[in-house]
Amino acid sequence: MQNTEHATASAASTKPLFEGSDWNFDLVKKAYDACEEIGLGELGLDIYPNVIEVITSEQMLDAYASIGLPRMYRHWSFGKHFVRDELHYRKGARALAYELVINSDPCINYIMEENSMTMHTLVLAHAAMGHNHFFKNNYLFQEWTRADAILDYLDFAKTYVARCEDQHGPNAVEQVLDAAHALMQQGISRYPGSNRTVSLARERERARERHLYEQQSFNDLWRTVPQKRQEEDADSAEDAQPSSAAGGSQLRLPEENILYFLEKTAPKLADWEREILRIVRNLSTYFYPQRQTKVMNEGCATWTHFHIMNRLYDKGLLTEGSMLEFLHSHSSVTMQPAWNDRRYSGLNPYALGFAIMRDIERMTTEPTDEDRDWFPDIAGNGDPVGTLKQIWAEFRDDSFILQFMSPKVIRDFRLFNIHDESQRPQVFVSNIHNELGYRQVRQALSKQYCVSSLDPDLQVIEADLQGSRRLVVAHNVRNGVLLDRANCERTLYHLARLWGYRVKLIEIDYETGKVLKEHENLRMP
Amino acid sequence: MQIVDRRRNPKSKSLGNRQRFLRRAKAEIKEAVREAVKTRKVSDIDAGEEVRISSKSLREPQFSLDSKSGSRDFVLPGNTDMVVGDTIPKPPPGGGRGNKGSKEGTGEDDFVFALSREEFLDVFFEDLKLPNLVKAKLKQIKSAELTRAGFATDGPPSKLNHVRTMRNSLARRIALNRPSLAYLEKLEAELAEAEAETPLNEGKVNELRERLARVTALRKRVAYLDPLDLKFNRHERLPKPSTQAVMFCLMDVSASMTERLKDLAKRFFILLNMFLRRHYKEVQVVFIRHTNVAQEVDEETFFTGRETGGTVISTALVEMERIIEERYPVADWNIYAAQASDGHNFSDDMAECIEMLQTSILEQCQYFAYIEVGSIDDGPYPSSEVWDGYEELVGEHANFAMRRVAEPGDIYPVFRNLFSEDAKANSG
Repeated sequence: MQNTEHATASAASTKPLFEGSDWNFDLVKKAYDACEEIGLGELGLDIYPNVIEVITSEQMLDAYASIGLPRMYRHWSFGKHFVRDELHYRKGARALAYELVINSDPCINYIMEENSMTMHTLVLAHAAMGHNHFFKNNYLFQEWTRADAILDYLDFAKTYVARCEDQHGPNAVEQVLDAAHALMQQGISRYPGSNRTVSLARERERARERHLYEQQSFNDLWRTVPQKRQEEDADSAEDAQPSSAAGGSQLRLPEENILYFLEKTAPKLADWEREILRIVRNLSTYFYPQRQTKVMNEGCATWTHFHIMNRLYDKGLLTEGSMLEFLHSHSSVTMQPAWNDRRYSGLNPYALGFAIMRDIERMTTEPTDEDRDWFPDIAGNGDPVGTLKQIWAEFRDDSFILQFMSPKVIRDFRLFNIHDESQRPQVFVSNIHNELGYRQVRQALSKQYCVSSLDPDLQVIEADLQGSRRLVVAHNVRNGVLLDRANCERTLYHLARLWGYRVKLIEIDYETGKVLKEHENLRMP
Repeated sequence: MQIVDRRRNPKSKSLGNRQRFLRRAKAEIKEAVREAVKTRKVSDIDAGEEVRISSKSLREPQFSLDSKSGSRDFVLPGNTDMVVGDTIPKPPPGGGRGNKGSKEGTGEDDFVFALSREEFLDVFFEDLKLPNLVKAKLKQIKSAELTRAGFATDGPPSKLNHVRTMRNSLARRIALNRPSLAYLEKLEAELAEAEAETPLNEGKVNELRERLARVTALRKRVAYLDPLDLKFNRHERLPKPSTQAVMFCLMDVSASMTERLKDLAKRFFILLNMFLRRHYKEVQVVFIRHTNVAQEVDEETFFTGRETGGTVISTALVEMERIIEERYPVADWNIYAAQASDGHNFSDDMAECIEMLQTSILEQCQYFAYIEVGSIDDGPYPSSEVWDGYEELVGEHANFAMRRVAEPGDIYPVFRNLFSEDAKANSG
């Protein structure tokens, strides 16, 4: 480890915070204060107030299952994840994460009762300081999420879904949720604007108004009106609210946020179904920044805990035993198996993030000539913390890697770039970690973390609201990568359920405009 | 910073999700449970179980990109000796990186999880029922049920009825003119204002002070919440009537019953026993085994004892009649019987058996089920003395049913068939 000079330099007259592995609330508080002193005092981190919640392993599994959010609404898929995780955990096939932290204000950190005091300290440094700072300062989180509103919103969502279950039956709600979950990745408006999850009060008010309007505008007389023509008129007048033109220019097509589009335009959905789509869409948006900052977020938190733990040790606040326990778990978290290793399962965001952060720290203080060539702005600027904080605030994974991954990191990880043509029986190496390859490898890796190139690019391009009522969705095919057929058919089924009529999906080559494949689904009555 | 201890929070917060999940996977779970019964040992047939179900109805599809089409670039770590232009053969389809698809549960893989014993049995005995449970005689009243019984003026704090209590408190406060906090604050503000006034208006200040003192005293005298206000929920134990039923289990353990046949018969009775214990707390079970003599035994001996001899079925019927007469008056009891045998009987005995069934036993019983255990080699309709003999009863008596079981896999369907709610309709 690179920290040996730190570790041996412990010159301490102060008493350690704790000895042994047992913990109690006073010790946790003491450890937190010590972490905070370093995190806020020395590093100048800017964090939301912390709430630390002690939970059991079962509760941790629970939190896992409901995608890390407390107070989630009920759905069978969370039950499914729970039984699967539980089985793995009981069989010892998978360990539980040490912590779980929620991007909210106040920031909620879960710590597990089984862990030792050292692990608790590590978690506090990692989550309560590192992640918390990242949540509060990174531009994506600022733009896309409202940390102060999310807990209230979850409460609202949970009660709303429960009320719908009471009113319309669990099966009906389940079907809508299933369909909405299937389209969750298509529930994000990628161009920021009015995307923020709004406050609970406004949200509740809106739901109530929607319901009230429905009630007020309901007139039982309409049911008795005999002429068919009139009925049709009423129908289309309702639809015409957003647009009457079949061309869809007034529908503001193309629209990439399919859930949004359905919520606003799907002809057959009931009031509460639209609200559920909205809930799922808002949650999807809430998670969008997290998906884009895995490497940075973990890198930031890991760098922070590494720094704080070493400082605690330097100050004599950690015993040698604790330090060793910490180093052991730290090095297993930041381990990166090679591509042909049995344990390999993709690049480890902890390892990569931590390596790049450490590398930036090194460059600011002990730059080499190569660093000066590649990073003239930060090499030797002497301000590692300031540089890191600025980077944490202003980048996301793809831009961060493209900008700050140095040749040294590429060499250390021995990264190489593979090109894969689906028709060929083998893949070939297109770049390795040498002078010629650094930039290409870096560019390819950056692309690998760019969410918009990982998710299929789908857009609603046509919606006929008067005639056949057909909905057409286009998939912009890049590099000839089509949709997975089986999954596509099943998801399309859900889309057709929500839309209520025929749905067509065409896969169009982005460059040539050629239609490569078509899928169609008709809602079964 | 704030530390919250959540460990005491109600457990199994995920129960709702789990129930929804089980409901979703019901068809598959049923199939898996049925499989499990086939292969399990007799002794742990009713334990909880790890079931393996296909994830067909548990799919969570999303639009995803097909890794087998088009071209892509990706970056891997840990290059050792490769240079630009080297090729690596692709891993064979299906193999390769193990945790890619299955990890998210979207793969086609089977899905394994553990059902608790309760859940297992729930699935197992779903929709089953004892037919014709009619003679509801309220003789034995064992069970008592807590029911709401109005309100009481004292009780444990956990039963405090907040709404009632606060209603009383409010009424009392209004009746006794307790000044509100807002009024008190208003007076205080007025007083402060008056005191700050220049020139000081002594009279007004004094009056306000006096009024304030009076209001404060009154607020003290009339408590916000008085012991008088407290109302508690009251519960009472009400005896709950229950129907009485007895089940006779008659099993042939003669020499002609091989180990395999006995195993089949025992499996059936274990199911029956579990089903009764689970669904009908008050049902009594009488175990009778017979060779050429019959004898009432306890559960343990019935399932585990070893004894051999010839076969005279009527002895078991006689024993059953004797017990009915002795302990279970027909007027008070719902009587059920299940008989299992390999179909062999002492040939002179058959007529007597049928005679007994026809004249007395079937009249007394709500339902009589006969299970013949055999092997597949016997063909679909092998004939045996007992089967042929009993066949004539089927048409005449609606409460008589017979089924054949040739392998463990048959037991569950036959059992369901005998006790499902539809079968009840057939049987009368």
